[in-house]
Amino acid sequence: MNGAEILLEALEQEEVEDIFGYPGAVLLALLDALLRSKIRHILVRHEQGAIHAADGYARVSAKTGVCLATSGPGATNLVTGIANAYMDSIPVVILTGQVSTELLGTDSFQEADITGITIPITKHSYIVKDARELPRIVKEAFYIARTGRPGPVLIDLPKDILNQVVTKAASSKMTLKSYKVFGKGNIGQIEELAKSIAKSTRPVIYAGGGIVTAGATKPLRALVEKCNIPVVTTLMGLGCIPSDHPNFLGMAGMHGTVSANYALDDCDLLIALGVRFDDRVTSGLGHKFATKAKIVHIDIDPAEIGKVVRANIPIVGDVHMVLEELASRLNSPKVGEWWEQIHAWQRDFPLRYEQDGRLSPQIILGCIAETAGDDAIIVTDVGQHQMWVAQCYPIKYPRQLVTSGGLGTMGFGLPAAVGAQIAKPGKDVVLITGDGSLQMTIQELATIAQHRLPVKIVLMNNGVLGLVRQWQKMFYEERFSEIQLHANPDFVKVAEAYGIKGMRVTTAQEVKPCLTEAMNHPGPVLMDFVISPDEVVLPMVVPGNVITDMLGR
Amino acid sequence: MLHTLAVLVENHPGVLMRVVGLFARRAYNIDSLSVCQTENPGISRMTIVVSGDDQIIEQVSKQLYKLVVVHKVTDLTDETIVDRELALVRVKVNAETRMEVLQTVNVFRGRVVDMGRSNVTVEITGDGEKIDAFVRTMRPYGLLELVRTGTIAILRSDN
Repeated sequence: MNGAEILLEALEQEEVEDIFGYPGAVLLALLDALLRSKIRHILVRHEQGAIHAADGYARVSAKTGVCLATSGPGATNLVTGIANAYMDSIPVVILTGQVSTELLGTDSFQEADITGITIPITKHSYIVKDARELPRIVKEAFYIARTGRPGPVLIDLPKDILNQVVTKAASSKMTLKSYKVFGKGNIGQIEELAKSIAKSTRPVIYAGGGIVTAGATKPLRALVEKCNIPVVTTLMGLGCIPSDHPNFLGMAGMHGTVSANYALDDCDLLIALGVRFDDRVTSGLGHKFATKAKIVHIDIDPAEIGKVVRANIPIVGDVHMVLEELASRLNSPKVGEWWEQIHAWQRDFPLRYEQDGRLSPQIILGCIAETAGDDAIIVTDVGQHQMWVAQCYPIKYPRQLVTSGGLGTMGFGLPAAVGAQIAKPGKDVVLITGDGSLQMTIQELATIAQHRLPVKIVLMNNGVLGLVRQWQKMFYEERFSEIQLHANPDFVKVAEAYGIKGMRVTTAQEVKPCLTEAMNHPGPVLMDFVISPDEVVLPMVVPGNVITDMLGR
Repeated sequence: MLHTLAVLVENHPGVLMRVVGLFARRAYNIDSLSVCQTENPGISRMTIVVSGDDQIIEQVSKQLYKLVVVHKVTDLTDETIVDRELALVRVKVNAETRMEVLQTVNVFRGRVVDMGRSNVTVEITGDGEKIDAFVRTMRPYGLLELVRTGTIAILRSDN
């Protein structure tokens, strides 16, 4: 067996079914071995597409995504996507080709120090120096990627290692002596939390991506319903409680609901579950965040506790295990008055938008929800459309929404939709994107066409970089600079050029018929919805101010 | 405030880069750093002196623990420790100052390890303060070259 075959066998041991990748010279042995493997290789059109697809695949399936790129430029093209997965704690194993070991460090053709480059954005990385190490390294890489706080792990594969012929079977025994995963939380602290809940009168749960990762939606819901505690989520936490649940106040933070932000500010007990107090929630003002509250912070990553906000009750552990442990100790607090206050905020400051018959983003989103149904996976790109989805789209279950949270990567959407559709071939996948984002990875339309992926692409086309334009409008006295996307292509024709059905919608009346036709179409569809550049995302926290200081209440 | 951290790490190529990169990335300041093999050849020990308040040091420690290659982080600051630094100091001398310099070296329990016509090279060990004091004393004679190892530290035994 050669190194490439050992690698593929090790991947099969990890139950890998799909790899997203792009070939290159140093990968020839691996590409050849792939022909004889059960593993399916999805050919993308740019390595960034491969890593985002693996990322989207992991988000919807809860499995570890795998991508492959060649050495040098192939590997460096992955960097944005690796950072994206790292910021959102997504388990991905990245395989990169590398020049032969004897050429390492000599600036040889297509050589880049990809392990060095990616140290700050990977959970761990390996350079393989002997093919006999591959079974162990692959096993460790998957274990590290998916356990604890998940994240990307990179394996750099020199060409001669892939070609190395090995006769003796190698051991796959892991030797991770220094890697620790936290499970159960401290019982004393959990009891302390139970007491604090019973005593509180204005509790709030602030739930994030950690709930989704831990699969903790059931115990979360049990806690919420037993104690009647209001819930706000982060962008990454959307779906951990159904959007129509009576205790759900909406997303918190910069473009959150007023009631969510007011509740965070006014609560006496903040129960933070699998969140990292990101500056898009706290406005970057950790010391002015939830100042009236006792703060409980439950996270599997000890380094998150105390990083931004002091925690009165820190609990390091798997949030699923902690919530289950907590369940038997719960006594309901008295929250009647608190709910009256919250209902008053919800009544006085609902999410609202003008309904004047124009083709508004909210009408489009409402219609997608109606035609795609509760089960459809929603993938977004980054920008205004993403925030409109976060505010209005009825996300009903965890892993339904696929969105780039921490890094905010424009261009994530289309390849992530590829990954989502590969992972869930039986589900409808709807990509909601903008004309700026789409053009960053538009080449992946070819991947969709080649693999006949029936992704429905909803393009909110306003001809501008909307979120930047919105800031220039609000805070730079309408001095618009470099946000006009002149020379946008005719997106319907672009779709058609790839053999994808293209449709254009310019009025509100056309939305429903278009979406109905698209959802019933067996293949991919790109719908070009022409909206006004003056659409804005409101409400919003004034940048640099506390989260109760919101425009557009 | 300065904290002395003992960090036990895997003895692999590239480990130093992971640790040092973390400090740079998170904007922590390394005051001194020394790395050596331990009694276990698979494990290296880094002694890192870092400045920051207790909250920063707690973050440093937690972030270090997140590196897969890190086994153990111990903050030696509040503990009873023995800490040592080694310095090699080359000082200018002439017929008049030679004896004076050598006497001072004796007072500091230093050792002359090299001698030229116009300079002496002294080896001196001790905690940082002692070495600072020695360097201060030598400076008026003309400090030609100074090499310091950075602190290494060990916990005092219980008995």
